[in-house]
Amino acid sequence: MEKYGINPSEGLEFGIYTLGDHLPNPVTGERISAEERIQEIIEYAKLADQAGIDFFSVGESHQEFFATQAHAVVLAAIAQATKNIKIASSSTIISTSDPVRVYENFATVDLISKGRAELIAGRASRVGLFELLGYDLRDYEELYEEKFDLLRQINEEEVVNWSGEYRAPLRNAKVLPRPQKGKLPIWRAVGGSPASAIRAGYAGVPMMMAHLGGPVSVFKRTIDSYRDALQSRGFDPTEFPVATAGFFYAAETSQQALKDMYPHINEGMKRTNGQGFPKQHFAQGIDPHNVMNIGSPQEIIEKILYQHEVYGHQRYIAQIDFGGVPFERLQKNIEIIGTEILPAIKKYTAKK
Amino acid sequence: MKIVALSGSNVGSKTRTAMNYTVEALQEKYADTADVTLIDLAEYDVQFSDGRNYLEYEGDTGYVTKAIMEADAIIIGTPIFQASIPATLKNIFDLLPVNAFRDKVVSMLVTAGSAKHYLIAEQQLKPILAYMKAQMVQTYVFIEEKDFYRKEITSDDVKFRIERLAEDTVVLTETYAKIREEKEAAYDF
Repeated sequence: MEKYGINPSEGLEFGIYTLGDHLPNPVTGERISAEERIQEIIEYAKLADQAGIDFFSVGESHQEFFATQAHAVVLAAIAQATKNIKIASSSTIISTSDPVRVYENFATVDLISKGRAELIAGRASRVGLFELLGYDLRDYEELYEEKFDLLRQINEEEVVNWSGEYRAPLRNAKVLPRPQKGKLPIWRAVGGSPASAIRAGYAGVPMMMAHLGGPVSVFKRTIDSYRDALQSRGFDPTEFPVATAGFFYAAETSQQALKDMYPHINEGMKRTNGQGFPKQHFAQGIDPHNVMNIGSPQEIIEKILYQHEVYGHQRYIAQIDFGGVPFERLQKNIEIIGTEILPAIKKYTAKK
Repeated sequence: MKIVALSGSNVGSKTRTAMNYTVEALQEKYADTADVTLIDLAEYDVQFSDGRNYLEYEGDTGYVTKAIMEADAIIIGTPIFQASIPATLKNIFDLLPVNAFRDKVVSMLVTAGSAKHYLIAEQQLKPILAYMKAQMVQTYVFIEEKDFYRKEITSDDVKFRIERLAEDTVVLTETYAKIREEKEAAYDF
């Protein structure tokens, strides 16, 4: 766990992530400029840092209605603007980038932030970027596996000798600068399905699992598959952290939380995925055994503690800002997390 | 309401002929309420599904997938080839997301060279539509080769059944929309 900067005795880590979406506010119909959105994300990270939140990450999506395509650049600004919070990608699409350049960027972000950077590598759920960046979608899986392996090799070895199919070979290559502690925590991003989790287990790397909604128990199977796969390859599952990532919204009552959040999720998903979020499914989101963390602060505390009990995970990261949520609502949520939710979670999950 | 009449084959004329009758039946009776678009796959150059989100397809493929996703109801016309639906129609399903027909009504019209194919829609088409979350009009119109003569339907029985299919599609779409509206309002968020 220490290898990945996780100290289990301090309890469950609480983080915030943004996909970097740049969507209109469906209530007003207005969309802020890309400049405002990027400034907002940096400010959001600052507030999270000040509230004592453990982690903040920014995603990479190359398509309309997103603003953080150059997510490493945004993370550099966040690194400079914050003091204690861990910063990472959620996720970096390693398949369509050169791992050397990605590593250089994140090692630099690590140095700017004085050792707070992590890298979460995914393979994209929206695949438009393959064409944009000149890759063949048919190589989807191979590109990811090969580039992810190279990324890890660069992290493990200061002098790299490597050859593969999708990039020119490296001979006695030094990838510089090196991060502050010599290595970066590198995670694999996994959708909710066991198939992808098993691959993370085989690779012997920490897993960040994203989930939209549904029963907590369904995702337990994914986490179990990951840990079984780790074990099958001779790794000790207790040494590998698991993070979960999903929707979060706190308001005075769960009904108010549903009201505040629904139009943003529904309209935002229509624009980015082409289908809205069914109300029936969303309404089930407030159930104590539903993985979405939507409700009153007390309900959310109980939900997160329940998830922790079931998953035994080390980090939960919250997506609050999807779909043009007004900034004052994000501020309010951070305030609630900092003053009510975070202290309660630490109190119940940290070793006394 | 938006209705897409999808003629699912790029071979032959019988399915298209029957779809013309269906569109006419809709336009005659529901000119004020139904906005009908006929998409005959024979007239479009649709690529094979490569797994991307339907929003990311361009050209004819993008047009067809988006038109279907924006529709409230879809009337699928299909011939039977080799005891199944044609590849062109299956490709349309493959291009769409898993829950593509959620909150949509889908009805079916089947043309076939033999009465032996009657249950193909029941056994092969309906399971796909159910998986994709369609509200189905359970009764479909099955038309045999002998009911056509030179791009016209000669059987009054078939014409009546097409009229009833058009009516059932519209009525069910309106009904489900109303139920959904009431239910969503009850959630109060």
